Amino acid sequence: MSASGAARGPAVRVLPRLDDTNRFFWTSGEDGRLRFLRCSACHHYVHPPSPRCPYCLEASLAPEPVSGRGVVHSFTVNHQQWIPGSDDYVIGLVTMAEQDDVRLTTNLVDCGPDDVRIGMAVEVTFEQADDVWLPLFRPVTSQ
Amino acid sequence: MSAPERLERRSIISGIGQSDVGRRLGRGELDLTVDACLSAVADAGLTRDDIDGLATFPGAGIGTGGFAGPSTPEVQDALRLKLNWHDGGLEGPGQLRAVFAACLAVAAGLARHVLVYRTVTESSAQGEGGRQGIGAMAGGRGIPRFSGVMQWTLPYGAVSAANWLAMIAQRRMFEYGLTREQMAWIALNGRRNAARNPKAIYRDPMSLEDYLAARMISTPLCLYDCDAPCDGSTAVVVSRAEYAPDTPNPACHVNAIGTAIQGRPSWDQFDDMTTFSARDAAASMWARTELRPGDVDVAELYDGFSILTMVWLEELGLCGKGESGPFIEGGSRIALDGPVPLNTSGGQLSAGRLHGFGMLHEACVQLRGEGGDRQVPVTPEVAAVAAGGGPIAGCMLLTRGPS
Repeated sequence: MSASGAARGPAVRVLPRLDDTNRFFWTSGEDGRLRFLRCSACHHYVHPPSPRCPYCLEASLAPEPVSGRGVVHSFTVNHQQWIPGSDDYVIGLVTMAEQDDVRLTTNLVDCGPDDVRIGMAVEVTFEQADDVWLPLFRPVTSQ
Repeated sequence: MSAPERLERRSIISGIGQSDVGRRLGRGELDLTVDACLSAVADAGLTRDDIDGLATFPGAGIGTGGFAGPSTPEVQDALRLKLNWHDGGLEGPGQLRAVFAACLAVAAGLARHVLVYRTVTESSAQGEGGRQGIGAMAGGRGIPRFSGVMQWTLPYGAVSAANWLAMIAQRRMFEYGLTREQMAWIALNGRRNAARNPKAIYRDPMSLEDYLAARMISTPLCLYDCDAPCDGSTAVVVSRAEYAPDTPNPACHVNAIGTAIQGRPSWDQFDDMTTFSARDAAASMWARTELRPGDVDVAELYDGFSILTMVWLEELGLCGKGESGPFIEGGSRIALDGPVPLNTSGGQLSAGRLHGFGMLHEACVQLRGEGGDRQVPVTPEVAAVAAGGGPIAGCMLLTRGPS
């Protein structure tokens, strides 16, 4: 339990299995930057990863850093003990600033559950677990 | 070129059946399924020798304990059916996909009488610890890692549909001013109707105070917003419409089915979080019929979570967009004697999570005028049935007479 009144996530984090399609995303936070695939032809961001750009169908996708800024599209405070030992934690759905249809399910941290609002500006912060850097989001603190 | 024929209209539901329904019945899934199937076949005035098609949702081996029910090969063999057509599967427009497939199979002449069933033993499985899932893994050595779609949600403890549906409800509170006091009426209406249904699981009266005092699962959804796992099997017989004059009980005619999904098929990425593909399924259904929302006399709309029923009410046009909160508040408009009688058996919240097929069964009961204490006062001509939610949604219209 953090000072803000909610845990940063469940007591146990079930981690993704890394492979050649998702490793760039789940390890992106090693240098503190969030990355998504972006199409060099039509410049759309693409998430989840896909073999071709689903907008223009070119095979022209490569990981590219983004601002890490976004907006809370929705959220819920989880109370149920799906994962025993968990304190209440906040699950959020964040729309990335770069593109409306790139969203991440995440945990909202450094913010009391009663203070979370839809439309709130947030920024990425990473939590390392083994070889994975999980993108979490907190209220924007820097300008 | 004229519009293609709406082939689902060549199909009827000629018989319905249901096993015992309850908590931890202690009976096997095949046992319950055979009960429901034999009941439906007899109700249709048929014998097993007449059944030449078999379908289910979702088919064996899917999901956690007690979710899937027996496979079609198991049921075929248990009843020694001789089949011309068979189908079981998860992917498609929700739980009703098996019924839609059966309608099109009889319309295409692939089969004459298709038995369609859905069986759950989730209550017994919970009793045996079968749904501990992640929790059980967390207590053991070596938590498995996940690929595929679950990798995007599991790390964050978004492990249950309750979490995903909670975010729909939260978004609706933001966009439409939905309140918990309004949302409560899905649960309260269900409980009110369950008191009139001898097979319902929870029949004791529930007050608004009871609802508001219930423990939170995932805000803003509380315990009473989540359906009740149960054991039970539901079966229907889908037949060619030509059989309608010969059914011993009134045939329920399939008027239109709704199957579309136009947005991204994802809990994260769908464009409109307040609707998900209920929007598309409903629109595709209304495009296939001359009936209008005002013609619907009874609505059996999936309440795996209360918020889903509210989405369906709006997307089916049974109330205005964003207005389901005020529409259901107080409960009079959705009562048995109201303009839109809703979830007349108690729904999944109070009568048990029969996973969409309970809604279909109840729609037929009402169209046939066999609801007993819970029969809507004027025998309905048109019933709307919807199942599923999020990016997995389908709906259909049934009528008492031919289209």
